Amino acid sequence: MSRLLQRAFCLLVLTLCVIRAACGADDAQLATVLSALPQASYADKAEIVNKLAGMHSPGIKPLLSAMLDGSVYARTSDGKIFIVKPVDAGFELTDPLTGKSAGTAPTDGFDAIGVNNALRRTLRTAIARFDLDDPDPPVRKAAVVEMLRSLDDATILLLGERLKVEHDASVRSEIEVGLELSDLESGTTPKRLAAIDQLSRSLNPDVYNKLAGLTDPATESDAAVRAAAAKAVRHIDSWRKFYSALETLFFGLSLGSVLVLAAIGLSITFGVMGVINMAHGELMMLGAYTTYVMQVLMPNHIGTSIVLAIPAAFFVAGLVGVLIERVIVRFLYGRPLETLLATFGLSLILQQVVRDVFSANNRPVQAPDWLTGSLQINEALSVTYNRLAIFFFTLLVFAILRLVLNRTRLGLQVRAVAQNRSMAKAMGVRTEWVDALTFGLGAGIAGVAGVALSQLTNVGPNLGQSYIVDSFMVVVFGGVGNLWGTLISGMSLGVVNNILQPFAGAVLAKIAVLVFLILFIQWRPRGLFPQKGRAAES
Amino acid sequence: MDAITRFPGSVLRSDRGGSVLLGLLAALALIVPVLNLAVPESSGLHLSTYTVALLGKYLTYAVLAVAVDLVWGYCGILSLGHAAFFALGGYAIGMYLMREIGARGVYGNPLLPDFMVFLNWKELPWYWHGFDMFWFAALMVIVVPGLLALAFGWLAFRSRVTGVYLSIITQALTYALMLAFFRNDMGFGGNNGFTDFKDVLGFDLHKSSTRVALFLLTVVALAGAYVGCRYIVASRAGRVIQAVRDAESRARFIGYRVESYKLWVWVASAVLAGIAGALYVPQVGIINPSEFSPVNSIEVVIWVAVGGRGTLYGAVAGAVIVNYFKSYFTSALPELWLYALGALFVLVTLFLPRGVVGALTARRKRGSGVSVQVAGGAG
Repeated sequence: MSRLLQRAFCLLVLTLCVIRAACGADDAQLATVLSALPQASYADKAEIVNKLAGMHSPGIKPLLSAMLDGSVYARTSDGKIFIVKPVDAGFELTDPLTGKSAGTAPTDGFDAIGVNNALRRTLRTAIARFDLDDPDPPVRKAAVVEMLRSLDDATILLLGERLKVEHDASVRSEIEVGLELSDLESGTTPKRLAAIDQLSRSLNPDVYNKLAGLTDPATESDAAVRAAAAKAVRHIDSWRKFYSALETLFFGLSLGSVLVLAAIGLSITFGVMGVINMAHGELMMLGAYTTYVMQVLMPNHIGTSIVLAIPAAFFVAGLVGVLIERVIVRFLYGRPLETLLATFGLSLILQQVVRDVFSANNRPVQAPDWLTGSLQINEALSVTYNRLAIFFFTLLVFAILRLVLNRTRLGLQVRAVAQNRSMAKAMGVRTEWVDALTFGLGAGIAGVAGVALSQLTNVGPNLGQSYIVDSFMVVVFGGVGNLWGTLISGMSLGVVNNILQPFAGAVLAKIAVLVFLILFIQWRPRGLFPQKGRAAES
Repeated sequence: MDAITRFPGSVLRSDRGGSVLLGLLAALALIVPVLNLAVPESSGLHLSTYTVALLGKYLTYAVLAVAVDLVWGYCGILSLGHAAFFALGGYAIGMYLMREIGARGVYGNPLLPDFMVFLNWKELPWYWHGFDMFWFAALMVIVVPGLLALAFGWLAFRSRVTGVYLSIITQALTYALMLAFFRNDMGFGGNNGFTDFKDVLGFDLHKSSTRVALFLLTVVALAGAYVGCRYIVASRAGRVIQAVRDAESRARFIGYRVESYKLWVWVASAVLAGIAGALYVPQVGIINPSEFSPVNSIEVVIWVAVGGRGTLYGAVAGAVIVNYFKSYFTSALPELWLYALGALFVLVTLFLPRGVVGALTARRKRGSGVSVQVAGGAG
C-alpha cells in the first residue's frame, strides 16, 4: 500500500515538474515573440498576433485587447513591451508576461506599438478566439460574430470544434449559420445546395442578403444554386411576413389595450348611469400626474413608485370622480346632453388646474428598469417590455373589474341599477350611493389607465383630450355597458388601426377607423354587443 | 298649410325678442359704418376698423349659433360637430381668396397658391378648379357643407342614431376632418391653412370700406338667418320638428316621417353654418384646421346654452356675450379664461337651463303672474 502511495507521489511530482517546465517554456517563448514586436512591420505584427493567439497563457488576451486600444508601448532603452495606462505622472506600466504592475515612468521613454486597420481586424479575431471559451453566452455569441467577419480555415476549424461542445442554442445557431455561409462561399455545388437548404431556416438579415445576391445570374453562374437560393429566399420571405404580421398584431393589441383601459371606465358610467363623462380623459391625466408625483416623492425607487402609483391614481381619480358625481352630475340625471356639457366644462377647468400647478409643459415620467428594453424572440420579432406589460395589465384590470361587478355586493347593485333603476330602488338599493360609487369606480379606472399611459406617452395637460374621442368610439363600437364588448372592440380597433397604418399612414388610418365607426353605427346603432332587455329601450 | 304660406313678417309680429334683435341689427348697420368711415380718426367716437372686424366676427359666430340652435333647440339634436360645416364654408371661400391672390404671392406663381409652390406641386389639384370664380366658390359654400350634412344625416337618422350617440359621432366627424385637413397632402395648406388674403371681388381686404361692407353683409346674413329660421320653426314643418324633439316615437307613430324632417332641418342648419364660415374667413383673414377641433364645436353649443336654447335670439345673445368675454379675458386675464369658460358650462347647465334669455323672460312672466312652463324632454 505504502509503495503504491510512494509511486503516486512520485508521479505527481513528475507531472508538476513537466507542467512547470512547459509553462516556463511558454513564458520564454512569449518573451521572444514579444521582443520582435517593436521592430516588426504591420505584416510581421499580424504574424506575431497569430502566434500569440496560439499560446495559452493567461496574459495574452489582456495584451491583445490593450494592443487593440493602442495602449501597448515598447521601452526605448531595452525594447521591453508594457501595457500602459496614462496617469498624471506619465505611464503606469504593467508587465504583460506576469500581469503585475511595473511601477510608473515618464512618457518620453516609450514608443507606441502602432496598429492599422488590417491589424485591428486580426486582433479582433484573435481576441474573439479567447472569448469563444467565455462562460457568458452573449460574450461567446459576440465572439462568433466577430470571427465570422474574417473567416479563414483556422477559424472555421475553431468554430467547428466549438460547435461540438456548445450548449447555448443562440450561439449554436450563430455558428451554424456562419459555417454554412462559408460553405456557400467556397464549397462544391452539393455542399452549397445543402448550405442553402439549411440557411433557408434562418431569419438573419445577412443571410437573406447573401441568398438574395445568389439569385442574380450576373454574380452567380451555377443555375442549380440560383434556383435553390430563389426558393430559399421565398421561404424566408414567407416567414418574415408571418413574423411581421405577428408584430403588427402585437402592436395592435398594445394600442388596443390602451384604448380598452381608457374606455372601460367610460363604459361603466355610461352603461349604468346613461351619463357621458367628458372629463374622463382628464381623470386619466390626473392618474398620469399622480405617477409623476409619486416619482418626485421617491426619486430613488422608480420601480416601487410605479407600483404604488396604481392604487394612488385609482384613489385620486376615484375621489375626484365621486366629487364630480356629488356636486354636478347628480343634479342632471335624465338630461344626458346637459351632463355632457357640464362635464366638458369641468374638463377645461381640470386642464387649467394642472397647467397652473405643474406648468403647461410635459412632465418627465421615468420608466423603471424592468419596463425598458425589449424581448427579442427571434431576429424578425421583438416586443418591448412596456407594451407587453400594459397588455397584461389591461387583462388584469379587466379581470378584476369583472370580478367586482359579478362577485361582489356592490357589483350586484350596480348591475341592478343599470338594468332597472326604479325597480332596484324599490328593492331597497340605495341608488344614489350606487351612482356615486359607480362613477368613482369608472373614474378610478381612468386614473389607473393614466398610470399606464404615463409609460407610453408624454404626460401633459392635453393627455386626456387626445384619447377622449377614441375611447368613446370604443364604447360605442363595443356596445354600451358591456365589458366584453369594450374589450373586444378596443382590441380590434387597435389591431385594425395598426394593420392600416403601413398602407395609409398614421393619420389616414385613424380617419379610416373613424369613418368606419360612423358607418358601423348606421348598421348596428347599439354597438357590437347591445344591451338586452328593458334597459335597451330608453 | 297656412303656416307655410304665411308671410314671414307676420311671424315676427308676435316675436318680441326677434323684433328687438332685428332692431338692434338695423341700428348697428346704420351706426357702425358712420362711426368708422365718416367720423375722423382723431374723434373719440371713431370706431376702428379692428373693432368693426371684431364685431363682424361676433356676428358670424351668432349666425353659427343660430344654426346650432335650430337643430338643438328645436329638434333636440345636439351637434358637437357644427364647427365642421362652419370651417368647410370657410375653406370654400378661402380657396377663392387664395386663387384671387394670383401672382402677388411670395413665390409669384400665377396659378398655384404659395403653399403648393412650397410643397413643390406642379399643377393645381382637380378640386381647386373653378375656385377662381366667385360664384362657384359661393355655390360651394352652400353645396359642400350641405352635401356632407345630407350624407351624414341620411345615414345617422335613417338608422335612428339619437341622443348622446349622435353627439359623439358628430364629434368624431369633425375630429376626422380636422386630422384630414392637418395633412399637407390634402392640398388645403396643412397646418397653416390659408392666410395672407389680398382682396375679394377686386376690393382690397385691408381697406376700411371693404371691412364695413363685409360687416354689413354679415348683419344682413344674420337678420336673414334669424328670419329664415323663425319662419322654419313657425311653419307646420317646424311644429313637427318640435314634436320630434319632445317625443320622437310618438311623432313617428302618428305617421310623420321623422327622419325626413330631421334630415331637412339638419341640412338647413349645416348650410347656414357654412355661410357663417364663409363670412368669417374674409373678416379674420385666416382659416386653418384648428377650426375643426371638437372644442370649437362644443363652445358653440355653450353659446347657445348661455343665451337660451330654443329661442334663436337667445343664441345670438349668447354668442355675442360669451365671445365678448372671451376677447376680454384672453387679453386681460388669459390664464383665467379656461376657468371662466369651464365654470360657464357647469353653472349654466346647473342653474340656467334656459339661458340668460330664459331667465329674463321667466322673471317677467312670474311678475305678471303667468306660470312658466319649462320645455322638457329635449335634454
